[in-house]
Amino acid sequence: MLSSQETNDLRAFAGAMIPASARHGVPGADDDKIFADILSSLDRDLNDVRAALKRLAGIADIAADGRLKKANAFRAEGGPSVVAIARAVLQCYYRDDRVMRALGQEPRSPFPKGHVIEQGDWSLLDPVKKRAPFWRKVPQ
Amino acid sequence: MKHDKVDVLIVGSGASGAAMAWSLAETKMRILCLEQGDWVKPTDYPTNGRDWEARLFGDFAINPNRRARETDYPINNDTSPIQVVNFNGVGGSTIMYTAHYPRLHPSDFRVKTLDGVADDWPVDYDTLEPFFAENDRMTGVAGLAGDPAYPFHQPPMPPLPLGKTGKCFGQAMNKLGWHWWPSDSAIATTEYDGRAPCINLGHCTPGCAQGAKSSADVTYWPHAIRAGVELRTRARVREITVGPDGLATGAIYYDADGKEHFQPAEMVIVACNGIGTPRLLLNSVSGRFPNGIANSSGLVGKNLMFHPFAHTYGYVDEPIDGNQGAQLSLWSQEFYETDKARGFVRGYTLQLHRGAGMIVDAIANTARGFLPWGEAHHDVYRSIFNRKLGLSAICEDLPEEHNRVTLDPVLKDSNGIPAPRIEYTMGENTKKMMAHGVARSKDILEAAGAKNIGGEAPMLNAGWHLMGTTRMGTDPERSVVNEWGRTHDVKNLFVIDGSIWVTSGGVNPTSTIQALALYIADAIKQRLAAATLFD
Repeated sequence: MLSSQETNDLRAFAGAMIPASARHGVPGADDDKIFADILSSLDRDLNDVRAALKRLAGIADIAADGRLKKANAFRAEGGPSVVAIARAVLQCYYRDDRVMRALGQEPRSPFPKGHVIEQGDWSLLDPVKKRAPFWRKVPQ
Repeated sequence: MKHDKVDVLIVGSGASGAAMAWSLAETKMRILCLEQGDWVKPTDYPTNGRDWEARLFGDFAINPNRRARETDYPINNDTSPIQVVNFNGVGGSTIMYTAHYPRLHPSDFRVKTLDGVADDWPVDYDTLEPFFAENDRMTGVAGLAGDPAYPFHQPPMPPLPLGKTGKCFGQAMNKLGWHWWPSDSAIATTEYDGRAPCINLGHCTPGCAQGAKSSADVTYWPHAIRAGVELRTRARVREITVGPDGLATGAIYYDADGKEHFQPAEMVIVACNGIGTPRLLLNSVSGRFPNGIANSSGLVGKNLMFHPFAHTYGYVDEPIDGNQGAQLSLWSQEFYETDKARGFVRGYTLQLHRGAGMIVDAIANTARGFLPWGEAHHDVYRSIFNRKLGLSAICEDLPEEHNRVTLDPVLKDSNGIPAPRIEYTMGENTKKMMAHGVARSKDILEAAGAKNIGGEAPMLNAGWHLMGTTRMGTDPERSVVNEWGRTHDVKNLFVIDGSIWVTSGGVNPTSTIQALALYIADAIKQRLAAATLFD
């Protein structure tokens, strides 16, 4: 469970990392629904995310244009906590119905409907079929 | 608690244990398999839910240290450039394999004769061929006969679809004049043995909710159980015991509640993979075997081989298949056989991949620094989404004794059993091969018009293929098991998993692991009939 300061910082970070875009018709990662999903999905990343938020402390208290600068500086320093907090945001952002629809995806689980993959043009294989066997013979 | 004696005790229910159990069932012996994990139900698999990609980083992570289920054991690979990945449950790591299912090539069994490195195997392709065919039939393999890279064989089902991604690869490979072919895939493309065909759920790795992927829990096990084999889950074996005559007497294991059991047996067959098997043998210490059972050669745990993977990828301009459909359905063996002009011996398979899921691709491109944060994120993401072409070079790893599995002096599993520790470095031949594989992968991507090319070589989380740690051979001083899988030291103890491989080849190993298990089962049955099994 994050403290209220950590929660505010995480939300500010998420919004800086992936802001809403009217041009693309998508919410930001700090959207109410997406952020609620992020908070409830920290699971085994909680400690690493908390470590990241220590480095990002106070990001919620600075102006919006400064947040991205701080987030990118944190990213440039690197480390496992960067990977963890980015994953925590991305795994919830890209399963949001609105985001998926904006990318032309059906917001659903893969099973049971599955997907259709075209057979494709198998005549492309004809040149390879004409090739003589080239596996290496072994002396008996 | 002590149980009634069984004729055959198999430890591990994965690829080899399942095949062995099924094959021996016709003898009507009392056969028991102990498995430390659980059955995985189709409804458990991630593709049932919207969080299917997130679970790849959680309870279906390929790395057991990250997954950390109760049924997993920890592995210390802190100093290794390649981390062990596996799954512990009925079906073993076939639950989480990609089902890419090539056989070893004939040349793989004769590397000393042909290339002057490592050792020849005591078996050959021709000997294994009928067992490859039987295994293809039992497993359910899709593919296309006539691949010029292989001796002729006929997969029982038609290949997976080519799709848009396959078209891109086919055109690029033809432009370069290089070999490519529909993979032998352990995925049902038609109804097969009561299983439904593939419906292109997406990545096959985290298990197949449709049941089309031929993991051993849905191929061999239903047949073995119907034939009378008992499979006991949540049974984690601590050690194999020996009697005063030096023969194995059974195994001590812990159940899910941590309660200790002794299971007596006439013979013991170990099938725990290239890490779990040496761990178990090294943990089986007695007055007679102070360095671990069957270890008079000192080779138990040594000669560990992975297949170092070099993953290279790029993005084309138009959307292709993305993550939809089986990830792997094409291979190239253009660089498989030795060509000394390349500066190394042996070679590699190129796997030609479909793309990643929305989330996995976003995470990967964030980690490589390609996907920006801020407003620009959206445009860049749209330039890569569903446009990924990927290739993996599966490099042959030669056996080196310093690459090994030992017991960690500190780390233990939840039952207090010492955990394995991995010591591994990549050999010079492998490094040259990998560099070649990366360069040729870039050639292919460029021929396909891909941009923004990136890669990882060796891949860190790619220790899928675990081989060599109880190698087979005819010389007891240079090998742990003989040419039909029986340990040189203990005449009723067998090893049948990837541990017994002499060299690694450069292909995904499951097909050959299972064919070898069937071959060893056949050798056991012949010697049972002749009453010479323990001679």
